[in-house]
Amino acid sequence: MNLNLTIIGQSIAFAVFVWFCMKYVWPPVIQALHERQKKIADGLDAASRAQQELDEASRQAEKTLRESRDESARLLEQARSRSNQMIEEARDDARAEGERMIANARTEIEQEVNRAKEQLRAQVSTLAIVGAERVLEASVDEQAHRELLDKLAAEL
Amino acid sequence: MAGNTPTSSEYIQHHLQNLTFGYHPENGLSLAHNAAEAADMGFWAIHLDTMGWSIACGVLFLFVFRKVARSATTGVPSGLQNFVEMIVEFVDSSVKETFHGKSKLIAPLSLTIFCWIFLMNMLDLVPVDWVPELAKRIGVDFFGADPHHVFFRIVPTTDINATFGLSLSVFALILFYSIKMKGFSGFIGELTLHPFSSSNMLIQAILIPVNLLLELVTLLAKPVSLALRLFGNLYAGELIFILIALLGLWQLPLHFAWATFHILIIVLQAFIFMMLTIVYLSQASEDH
Repeated sequence: MNLNLTIIGQSIAFAVFVWFCMKYVWPPVIQALHERQKKIADGLDAASRAQQELDEASRQAEKTLRESRDESARLLEQARSRSNQMIEEARDDARAEGERMIANARTEIEQEVNRAKEQLRAQVSTLAIVGAERVLEASVDEQAHRELLDKLAAEL
Repeated sequence: MAGNTPTSSEYIQHHLQNLTFGYHPENGLSLAHNAAEAADMGFWAIHLDTMGWSIACGVLFLFVFRKVARSATTGVPSGLQNFVEMIVEFVDSSVKETFHGKSKLIAPLSLTIFCWIFLMNMLDLVPVDWVPELAKRIGVDFFGADPHHVFFRIVPTTDINATFGLSLSVFALILFYSIKMKGFSGFIGELTLHPFSSSNMLIQAILIPVNLLLELVTLLAKPVSLALRLFGNLYAGELIFILIALLGLWQLPLHFAWATFHILIIVLQAFIFMMLTIVYLSQASEDH
């Protein structure tokens, strides 16, 4: 067990190793470790934030859905009552129109009848004259008997 | 073994002698041929095996860690990076738990101590005859050496020079941090005014030498205990391996059992050395 120069040699080797380790080994490794730790922490943070956002969004979506459901029910109800009203109105209109058309037809028929009567009346005088000519076998002076014939036609 | 079988004690002594190179009073600069010559060389000699293997261990450690450090990604780590990060994180948390100051040096220092000592200790698990026999072959075949004069010990931490080299370096750091953090007067005050103190000036003056004595012993015990603990554990372990190697066929199960147990010791001793270094340095840099 002799102490000798090896002590100093060992000390120098030790110092060099420690220096090298301090300069070139420790910093990059520990930096990588810290960066990874930070990355993981950030990742976890982001995940919990995303979870919160998801919750918020689904709550929002549910609210919107409920609102739109209510709105559509309301609109449906409105449409139904409106359609009922429209049907009612249409029915009334149709009835009124029908009555109006019937009335028109009636007046038209009356007018036609009157017109037919007038024509008939006009033709009767002619027929009467023709008939009378046949009966008398002589021509009747139209000028002379116009007054008489008109009177006859008016009486018809 | 070149024909003649050595006795048990010769075998053991041969295994416990380092390959020493130094200035011998009679032979000049040379390798020591036996323990006596090594002793004659005195302080100006160097253990080539201890230096070589310890530097090889340190270079291996730094090579592997540097390789990982250069390609370290913040993404999913590969196998080797994962392993290195595990060790770094373990050392880092040990340092953070114990050392509360801020220091760029102490964490890499602890990592170097832990890994380097672990690798040096691990050489103890190599069967005791393998490398020395190889060295003997090389020594005899290439350098024409006498087989009895080729000594080779591969476990640097069983050499007290290696452990003292480490612990004295740590001791220098203890002194450096003490003076840096507390100032020179603060450090002297710590050595002289504790543990006994008095408000009476006269009694205080008498107590100062007592305190100084106690504190100096405490201070000096730190590097000595660090070095001797590591050395003692590994030296004893190696000695038992050598004794087991003498047992013939029985050495197989015994060697296995002791090696298994020794795995615990080598990790534990590396850890203890690192932990105590951190503790001593944190004591040095904190005011009481």
